[in-house]
Amino acid sequence: MTVTALKSAPSVPPHSASAPKAGATVLALPVAARRPQRLAGVGRFLAESVAPPLVVLTVLLLIWQMAFSGAGSGLPAPTDVWEQSRELITNPFFVYGTQDIGLGWRVLTSLERVAYGFGLAAVVGVLIGAVLGQSALMMRGFDPIFQVLRTVPPLAWLPISLAAFMDSGPSAIFVIFITAIWPIIINTAAGVRAIPQDYRNVAAVLRLNQIEFFWKIMVPSAAPYIFSGLRIGVGLSWLAIVAAEMLTGGVGIGFFIWDAWNSSRLTDIIVALVYIGLTGFVLDRLVGWIGRVVSRGTTE
Amino acid sequence: MDQSYLKIDRVFKSFSKGLKTTEVLADIRLTIDKGEFVSIIGHSGCGKSTLLNLIAGLTEVTTGAIKLEGREVNAPGPDRAVVFQNHSLLPWLSVYDNVKLAVTKVFGSTRSRAERHDWIMQNLDLVQMTHAADKRPGEISGGMRQRVGIARALAMEPKILLLDEPFGALDALTRAHLQDAVMDIHARLKNTMIMITHDVDEAVLLADRIVMMTNGPAAQIGEVLPVTIPRPRDRIALASHPDYVRAREAVLRFLYERHRFVEAAE
Repeated sequence: MTVTALKSAPSVPPHSASAPKAGATVLALPVAARRPQRLAGVGRFLAESVAPPLVVLTVLLLIWQMAFSGAGSGLPAPTDVWEQSRELITNPFFVYGTQDIGLGWRVLTSLERVAYGFGLAAVVGVLIGAVLGQSALMMRGFDPIFQVLRTVPPLAWLPISLAAFMDSGPSAIFVIFITAIWPIIINTAAGVRAIPQDYRNVAAVLRLNQIEFFWKIMVPSAAPYIFSGLRIGVGLSWLAIVAAEMLTGGVGIGFFIWDAWNSSRLTDIIVALVYIGLTGFVLDRLVGWIGRVVSRGTTE
Repeated sequence: MDQSYLKIDRVFKSFSKGLKTTEVLADIRLTIDKGEFVSIIGHSGCGKSTLLNLIAGLTEVTTGAIKLEGREVNAPGPDRAVVFQNHSLLPWLSVYDNVKLAVTKVFGSTRSRAERHDWIMQNLDLVQMTHAADKRPGEISGGMRQRVGIARALAMEPKILLLDEPFGALDALTRAHLQDAVMDIHARLKNTMIMITHDVDEAVLLADRIVMMTNGPAAQIGEVLPVTIPRPRDRIALASHPDYVRAREAVLRFLYERHRFVEAAE
């Protein structure tokens, strides 16, 4: 194949007119010119964006396979994962019993908790951030406390949370809430402080009240900041829920991993890790995308 | 009984930062009649924008009072609409929605939806911007943005229109177009306008009176020059008009002979 390409190559540059034999291939091009153009675009996208990660993934899987395919290796190789956990990979939504359900269902259960905890954190965080951003005095008072609290690891909140709520469900949601809220507060406050004085003057001349100012000036103006806070928050939520579920139990993806570890199903754990990673990735991209759509046009 | 429309009465303004207090304006006294066009001119940093902010209510006076129709102003409000130096349109709203925000706020309870729509379009028409009603500020030129800023201010039906160096950032040709537009609006609506500027020609062309300010700190009104050239004024015919030349010379003398700008020692 490379030989023919090399052969025909010299005949193309002299503008085909002087090379009647190559003319046959040149003539065929204009007829189907439009479709190949679009196909070429798709082809270039596949070659530039899809191929590199696929190649890397294949190479990594091969290395993994070679490293752990021996009889006495401690961890399963990719082929072992495929053989032993095929059901989990191919069918995310099976239901064989209350504790025997597909990983898709488990991810959804965890996502539901994240939705409650993160949703609450988003609303409360934006409101607190807005108040702090508006008042330099409040900011000076609260900021050091928030800076300390935000470094507390999610799971450190769990015992206190369990003691307060006496139930694992609300406790897990509270852990997500308390994990996600700090970046949302801090970023919203930064965004509100960054509102140009011009916009504040416009609001003052129009005598916008607090609520009108919040919706018409503050939210659109601070949207890029708010959404970068939300994006960090949703990532942290997803980190926290998996860890929290390991301790609180239930049917979430975190508990599944703990359960699989207790019954030595290592291949199941590997499949679950892939699910968690992909879901986290989708969550991050989703919030990023919403942020781009919402804050479109907020900057000139 | 005090008959003046806007009265600036013995106004002092100082800003304090920590223990340091800077006096910006000292003993400003000025009365402005209804329908009058007043230009305020001075070197940069003399506090003319501060004076405008005081009238707008965006900054509070230290001592003294500013009265509009006999009532003291100490907070901003739509009766003193401001056309800001850098247009200050909200970039996430279309041209129409920027004006609508003002109209809804000011006339939301007194006019019907259809009346408000007509009023928005009427004001955009006044500045010849109806064609770009659905565009965002980022998609139109600087001169067009300033036109929309004027339309937004006019749409509030203000008692006084305050213009804070509105054409400072524009090129000479665009500036001339907008000066004509402002003159035309002033002739049609007969509204009271106060315009900050550092452009001598602009001041003479547009104003009924030119207020010249001395250099800060503690800037004062140095001189007030009435411009008696009859309206409508035409910039080309005016160039050789003896009153125009005389007024221009008077302002130039004030600015460059008696109150030459010295770089503040800081």
